[in-house]
Amino acid sequence: MSAAALYSDAIRERWRQPRFRGEVSDATATAEDVNPLCGDRVRMTVRVRDGAVEAVRFTGDSCAICAASADVTAELSQGRQATEAARLSSEEVLTVLGTDVKPTRMRCVTLPISVLQQALKP
Amino acid sequence: MRLDELTRGDFPILDRIVNAHRLVYLDSAASSQRPWSVIEAMVQYETTSHANVHRSIHTLGEEATALYEQARDRVQRFIGAASREEVVLTRGTTDGLNLVASALGRTLAAGDEILITELEHHSNIVPWQMAARDRGAHVKAVPVRRDGQLDMDALDRLLGSRTRVVAFAHVSNVLGTILPVAEIAAKARRVGATVVVDGAQAAPHLPLDIAALGCDFYVFSSHKMLGPTGIGVLWGRRAALEALEPTRGGGEMIKEVWIDHARWNDLPWRFEPGTPPIAEAVGLTAAIEYLEKLGMEHVAEHERTLARLAVEQLSVIPGVTVYGPPASVERGAVVAFSVEGLHPHDVAALLDQEGIAVRAGHHCAQPLMHCFGITGTARASFSVYSSPEDISLLAHAVGTLRTRL
Repeated sequence: MSAAALYSDAIRERWRQPRFRGEVSDATATAEDVNPLCGDRVRMTVRVRDGAVEAVRFTGDSCAICAASADVTAELSQGRQATEAARLSSEEVLTVLGTDVKPTRMRCVTLPISVLQQALKP
Repeated sequence: MRLDELTRGDFPILDRIVNAHRLVYLDSAASSQRPWSVIEAMVQYETTSHANVHRSIHTLGEEATALYEQARDRVQRFIGAASREEVVLTRGTTDGLNLVASALGRTLAAGDEILITELEHHSNIVPWQMAARDRGAHVKAVPVRRDGQLDMDALDRLLGSRTRVVAFAHVSNVLGTILPVAEIAAKARRVGATVVVDGAQAAPHLPLDIAALGCDFYVFSSHKMLGPTGIGVLWGRRAALEALEPTRGGGEMIKEVWIDHARWNDLPWRFEPGTPPIAEAVGLTAAIEYLEKLGMEHVAEHERTLARLAVEQLSVIPGVTVYGPPASVERGAVVAFSVEGLHPHDVAALLDQEGIAVRAGHHCAQPLMHCFGITGTARASFSVYSSPEDISLLAHAVGTLRTRL
């Protein structure tokens, strides 16, 4: 079995060396949720100023796909308008991750996105 | 001849190629595979005898009814029940536990206690929480020790005059621990509690003698014992069943109905409202016949060997933690493990690439995960068709995992 076969390079790289893991200082909102299928937990802290997402960080205990998705979700939303960031789609995240996932793992991708949306709720 | 050599050809799905590898199915605790005899019995029923049961006065109705009721007789013999009236056919273990919990729940008073254990499956936790919440009762749990055994001293301390129900698994679906049912039941009865046993992980793997267990209710599923999904068994001691007020109404469970009241049917139909899963009952009969032909003593011995091999081979791999009793202690047909630095889902996904199917996650036992301070584990589980080669393939694959992600 080759290492490349299971997950994309982007997933493995983001999982090993996340760029957005941690907590935002002066966070204006926080959200947390779990994946009922596996018990994975993702927590996101965000700082929104004047309608713009200044910073996003995540913490949590999760599989490689979920961790990589959280990292990309944070990266893609940072700098956007909050209303726009709240519309972030799983397709966008998957494009950056350079992969498609099986239906049984889709919730691993969407959990961080829904946690971010919760945090950005007006 | 080894049991897997004897049975392998009977399970068509085991010829599946998954990700260019022969399927190594190690997820039988979640759902076992079915032999041809079960599949054929169901097809035979569907193509020759299907009709509704009990009230259809025509040839097909008679045949369907006879086949459905035959399942009850086979279950009665399989588990050693005193009479067929003690065998209620349900939709599965979860359904059976909900039935008992909702009915017993009505008899609870504020301050009463339901005692479960920390190793229960969610289906033996949540229905009791619901029952307790409705009556102002409390759910308490007997702690599990690090070696996977129940803390029996704590059990003694927790049992008291307010304990109305003691509900626990016969075999843990994560740790594989075999709980001392008769001993716990005896203690529970001493304080006058009703004893409910979740046998989902025991009935498929161990010879059962219901009378010797000393419990009041025992539930299990067909689909974990080579039968189809959608049907299960609730066994109840006759007096215990008779004391239970039905919580679900409909056709079949009544003798007479007026606009403002009804009179319940006899046991066991009192607890079987609506059209039952008939083809599934036929499949369950065939599954029991298959297991009886092998002999449950042989089944138990085969799976004991596999579990011991799995514990031995997995626990020597660097970075691998095996949960539950050590190899020297008898356990059920499941072995949960984790690989340092890898999430259980990633472990399962990596193994799937080699055609090896294992379960990963919290196994619907989150309180147990909390006890061990983890979110989940990977889990290999076995049935009659599982082989020592399957275990070797698993151990070999697990041994190379840490370099693969």
